[in-house]
Amino acid sequence: MSNVKSEPLLSVRHVSKRFPVGKSFFGRANKFVHAVNDVSFDVMPGETFSIVGESGCGKSTTSRLINRLIDPNEGEVYFDGQEISKLPAKEFRPLRAKMQMVFQDPYGSLNPRMKVQDIIAEPLLVHTNLSAGERLKRAQELLGVVGLSPTHGERYPHEFSGGQRQRIGIARALSVNPKLIIADEPVSALDVSIQAQVLNLLRDLQEEYDLTYLFISHDLAVVEMISDVVAVMYLGHIVEIAPNEELYGHPSHPYTQALLSAVPVPDPDVKKEHILLQGDLPSPTNIPAGCPFHTRCPLATEKCKTETPKPHTVGERHTVTCHYPEKTV
Amino acid sequence: MAETLLEVKDLTTQFKRGKKDWITAVSGVSFQVRAGEIVGLVGESGCGKSVTSLSVMRLHSKDTTRISGDIVLGGKHVLDLSDKEMQSMRGNDVSMIFQEPMSALDPIMRIGDQLAEAITLHTDLSKDEVHKRSVAMLKSVGIPEPEMTLKNYPHELSGGMCQRVMIAMAMSCEPKLLIADEPTTALDVTIQAQILALMEQIRRERNTGILLITHDLGVVAEICSRVIVMYAGHVVEEAPVDELFKHPQHPYTQGLIASVPRLGRRVHRLPSIPGSVPDLAAMPDGCRFAPRCKYAQEECRATDPALVKIADDHTCSCLFSEKEREEMLAHE
Amino acid sequence: MADTKQAAAAVSGEELPKAQSPVKQFVKKFLRRKTAVIGLLFIIFILIIAVIGPHITPYDPNEYDYGAILAGPSAKHIWGTDEFGRDVFSRIVAGTQLSLGTALTASVLGTAVGVVLGLIAGFFGGLVDSFIMRVCDVMFAFPGILLAIAIVAIIGPGITNIMIGVAVFTVPSFARIIRGAVLEVRGELYVEVAQSIGCKPMRTMFVHIFPGTMQALIVNFTMNVGGAILSASSLSFLGFGASVTQAEWGAILSQGRNYLAIAPHLVLFPGLVIFLTVLAFNLFGDGLRDTLDPKLN
Repeated sequence: MSNVKSEPLLSVRHVSKRFPVGKSFFGRANKFVHAVNDVSFDVMPGETFSIVGESGCGKSTTSRLINRLIDPNEGEVYFDGQEISKLPAKEFRPLRAKMQMVFQDPYGSLNPRMKVQDIIAEPLLVHTNLSAGERLKRAQELLGVVGLSPTHGERYPHEFSGGQRQRIGIARALSVNPKLIIADEPVSALDVSIQAQVLNLLRDLQEEYDLTYLFISHDLAVVEMISDVVAVMYLGHIVEIAPNEELYGHPSHPYTQALLSAVPVPDPDVKKEHILLQGDLPSPTNIPAGCPFHTRCPLATEKCKTETPKPHTVGERHTVTCHYPEKTV
Repeated sequence: MAETLLEVKDLTTQFKRGKKDWITAVSGVSFQVRAGEIVGLVGESGCGKSVTSLSVMRLHSKDTTRISGDIVLGGKHVLDLSDKEMQSMRGNDVSMIFQEPMSALDPIMRIGDQLAEAITLHTDLSKDEVHKRSVAMLKSVGIPEPEMTLKNYPHELSGGMCQRVMIAMAMSCEPKLLIADEPTTALDVTIQAQILALMEQIRRERNTGILLITHDLGVVAEICSRVIVMYAGHVVEEAPVDELFKHPQHPYTQGLIASVPRLGRRVHRLPSIPGSVPDLAAMPDGCRFAPRCKYAQEECRATDPALVKIADDHTCSCLFSEKEREEMLAHE
Repeated sequence: MADTKQAAAAVSGEELPKAQSPVKQFVKKFLRRKTAVIGLLFIIFILIIAVIGPHITPYDPNEYDYGAILAGPSAKHIWGTDEFGRDVFSRIVAGTQLSLGTALTASVLGTAVGVVLGLIAGFFGGLVDSFIMRVCDVMFAFPGILLAIAIVAIIGPGITNIMIGVAVFTVPSFARIIRGAVLEVRGELYVEVAQSIGCKPMRTMFVHIFPGTMQALIVNFTMNVGGAILSASSLSFLGFGASVTQAEWGAILSQGRNYLAIAPHLVLFPGLVIFLTVLAFNLFGDGLRDTLDPKLN
């Protein structure tokens, strides 16, 4: 983190996204899934910024909003100093070269009808004027970089295992020398021993190529291993942002505390007291008034039911969106 | 020692592939589950842990599966039972819950009807009594409004709730043994914690034996008392949970435990096992882990090691002892 | 750099199983389906006949033999003769080119238009999609053969017009099939990935989506040829197509109908050839579909 510059590479400001569900008779949407609500954060160059949360918390939607796979309803996204959320598609497309994605599903993310070397070289074809020969050379080089044999380029994706396919996906993302890689659950579909290989690879590549990662995951242990800064999401809201050691050492939001306590540790000596949250996640079509977490929060008061909390700064890059940031569960 | 509920001896399960090809999914698997204990069956995808549990339940299609060995469940030899006898074993002696609670429930039947069906299959209770029993079951698995839930359809419930219903159904006839195949894998951590607590409560209150199939070592450390580690269709190690995590003996178990990112243990790089799990149709000769094992010797590629007792309660299938392997590394 | 390479390579040091080309795998799987292989062999046989047919007939298909009018099958005329003493076998063999050619041309034409419409509808969606699909719905409301008759009635009889008629009623079914396939492939993750990489919409459509619909296209085209042979023959049978002098399966059948009671072979043999050819295309199409469908493997 020594080379962190003062200007953020990616800045997300008050971004919200609603998806219409259910239609009235006249075709107008009458219900909305509030997938992302007023989300703001900064990602510094060279760091790994993780968004962690349970299914349906809006972490994947957030990553797609940044990459413009979907457009936000409100808010701005600044990338490399430029507002990108309202750029016309034509002007945004070249920027995609600097912002590549790695997806969760290593089976679905590769076109089964293309050779691996063509898959890896596709971003080069789209964004550069390299000749076919140069693209092939680069693709083979990248295969080596991610730990596959350059001769594997002639193969089709179905001949590879899950972990190897994820390596191919990473090679593709690297091909155009992006500044930012958005990795959406890149290891969740992999077996434990393969997961470790891919995480190590991501680590090595970050050092080698000065990459910035926006890392999306539901796995708190994986996030702890790879991140510099972590944001915790619940029901489309960011409830806490903190540097890694801070978040895992001194979690301030009751949800973060409950989440951390619920993670089983592969060590029988660690007998943790679980904070068992009552009930289920409320429906994102009907987010509770006040603090979205108050229906399950062991500390909730009357104030939490009516008043939406604002982010409190409790330390360096550490903010908590709770009325009682000093209390613990 | 507690009563042995399930004893699997030398289980081999093969699947038909193509016209004449048979591929072996698990071979030579032996283990026991006793009353009141939670036994973890761990391994990565394709290691045969689910095949093992389905073999115990005899849930494979007869035409495409060959099972040999011996499975003793509640004193009966499962493989010799008629289909009808097996049918009455399921539910009464042994029940199973699955990874995807949503898809394990019938989407067009109310929860109450499904639960009633499970109960009436194995008992002769009257309609009223069945209803009472259903309500009591749902209450016991921590569903807040059982009367309401009985009238719901599965899609109206969350994944965690569905898994509770599944557990209620599985426990409705008070089986002595519960087989849980990745019961929390599809659930979020906070919900997972609730379900694990529920399983532990069932074990404690009813002295049920639970065979927990999972890939998650964290879950194992959390609630299991004994662990069986499988790799490529073989059991490679079995030990009490403390022993296994503190003194893993098999190189695969060691590698697996080391490669799991662990909360509170911040490392820059994770130790990892090179390569990936071999294809069932192309198993390596000798020890199946040898191609990925850093200690592998010539002998390992020739001899398939047997499961050997290395301490009370602790078995391991490696040709070399921990000490011998350390010396090997020192030599190189 | 070298360091990373080595480290990474060491982690994934595993060998892939021997490569098998997708084509080889496909052929191997297809050959296992015996009825489909028989269908394919018959199609190849018929295609060869279509090409060399006119040169190998034992008699000139239009040669009158007044000595043998309405003669039954015999050593001289193995499938008998018609009311002018023309050799039925020769006429059927010679007519293969015209019958098959009509059906194939009509299918290609109809499929091409249908595919373009389906791609546009599936890819752009919205109003364009609604419009194309409603037009197809209207066309679906007519029985296909009736639609073809109506078209031929308007533009006049003749082989070319039969082709157009059959092609037109092929269009909506292909538009619908291709649209469905496009919608399915569009939902695939790799299509979203293409967008995230920065592919332009046209590249996404032709490089990532269109190849995914090929399977549906090939299978349905094959099946459709069978239907087209039947339709074209029916139109000829009804007197909309080939003139009496032209050797064409449907026309031969149509003429034979008048002598059904005294010379059933006039109907039997052309009917049998049409039946077998249509069956062959359907068997082949079924086999292709089963081979290409990953769920059935």
